[in-house]
Amino acid sequence: MTSVTERGTKAQVPPDIITMRGVAKYFGDFRALDGIDLSVRVGERVVICGPSGSGKSTLIRCINRLEEHDEGRIVVDGVELGPETRNIRAVRQEVGMVFQQFNLFPHLTVLENLTIGPIRVRKIPKAEAIARARTYLDRVHIPEQADKFPAQLSGGQQQRVAIARSLCMESRILLFDEPTSALDPEMINEVLDVMVELADSGMTMVCVTHEMGFARKVADTMVFMEDGRILEMAPPDRFFSAPESARCRAFLSQILEH
Amino acid sequence: MTRSSAAAPAMLMAARYRRVRPRLTFARLQGMRSVAAVQYAVLMGILIYAAVHGAQSMGYNWQWYRVPRYFYNVTDAGFEWGPIPKGLLGTLAISSVSFALAMVLGFAVAALRQSRLIVGHAVAVGFLELVRNLPLLVLLYLFYYVLGPIFGLDRVTASIACLGVFHAATISEIVRAGVASVERGQWEAATSIGMSRVQSFRYIVLPQSVRFMLPPMTGEVVNMIKSSAIVSVIAVGELTTAGRTIISDTYLSFEIWFTIAGVYLATTLLISIAASRLETRYAVQT
Repeated sequence: MTSVTERGTKAQVPPDIITMRGVAKYFGDFRALDGIDLSVRVGERVVICGPSGSGKSTLIRCINRLEEHDEGRIVVDGVELGPETRNIRAVRQEVGMVFQQFNLFPHLTVLENLTIGPIRVRKIPKAEAIARARTYLDRVHIPEQADKFPAQLSGGQQQRVAIARSLCMESRILLFDEPTSALDPEMINEVLDVMVELADSGMTMVCVTHEMGFARKVADTMVFMEDGRILEMAPPDRFFSAPESARCRAFLSQILEH
Repeated sequence: MTRSSAAAPAMLMAARYRRVRPRLTFARLQGMRSVAAVQYAVLMGILIYAAVHGAQSMGYNWQWYRVPRYFYNVTDAGFEWGPIPKGLLGTLAISSVSFALAMVLGFAVAALRQSRLIVGHAVAVGFLELVRNLPLLVLLYLFYYVLGPIFGLDRVTASIACLGVFHAATISEIVRAGVASVERGQWEAATSIGMSRVQSFRYIVLPQSVRFMLPPMTGEVVNMIKSSAIVSVIAVGELTTAGRTIISDTYLSFEIWFTIAGVYLATTLLISIAASRLETRYAVQT
């Protein structure tokens, strides 16, 4: 069976689920985002990289409106985001987010971390939420940690719980904001493995990361940002072999050196 | 063989310890428990002696034997609580109702202050500045002599309203600080799974801020009990009023004030001990 999302099968192009047009965002006088145009199709995996302060995090935080953009249009899952958006919470339910610092709820057990969203926000019965949580804990390979508190887990395990927490909401899109940057080196792979499995399952993903091995493996589209602008946007083979901008070439040579 | 080889290092260690044993300095003496106990006993002895001697030199006639009847009476009619326990009950009743009111008001003011409504913010800040900058006694007079007639408040209601408002100011600050102590990432994580602001606060932020709020909050319970004594100036039935009434009947001012102070002390100490138990229960790892 050939997935419609697989690169190269252009016969049936899936619709856009995220559309950004001319998006700008200011922090005071500082222009964090400037004229961002980006489209993400259903099932597409987009990896965003760039130097720190280039606006990568701000960009994906605009997608679930943790940051409010100042100019341009953002349409997520058919809903235009803006100050008048009434169903912003409905949008957020469809857009999961994994943070650099995990942001697990420290006063709740792993299982409660996974069930509180489905129970309180999706309003599904508790037993069903628990069953769902156990399914996704299996998928991130830590079923045995269900009754522990986040502080009792390693960083890698915490981040996998955070991924499972997003999965439990059964969102259509997952945003990753440097998910491995706060991890010890030996724990990075266990998180990346889970993310690769997710990508293989057809999840729409927008990842800010500097893990270029991961990017090569899963990305449909690579994005390079600097100073709040998208400088380069290309499929990974072209992106890594023949980047157009000199700035992107320099950045890649720096992070691929090791 | 085993004995000698085991003994040798032990002796060596002992010798080494003897050599590095510090001299008995003044600072080390201060740190010792037995010394501290003696110091405490001497200090208290001086204080008590000064009080007793001072009272004697002014010709005070100690009559401690007359005090117990104000705790309880056993008459033909049976056992009966005296005015001091009844007064304590009044203090506890007024304090607890006032504290409940202060909690509600305090949370409301904290919420208003955080709100994006300009009017709400202004109301909260105005309330805080007003209450914080008035003496409690003046506030009580305002409630009893000004608001009382206007709104038809009796003295107990006026007292409770006054204490509630006064402590709401501190509680709102405690709440604000407690909420601010929870990382921003917790709000963001709650928001990102689709929770509303109220849900994020109720399920995620509030439970985590309890451990930050608990120590100052129990301090505030103790403060409430102490400041409730002020309502004795408008003759609301509570512990201090009971003391004043007994003294005006008996002139036992030394004995009764010592007793009243002791009852307050015992009550607040009990609360502090209970509170520290509670704090260990709410400790959360992060």
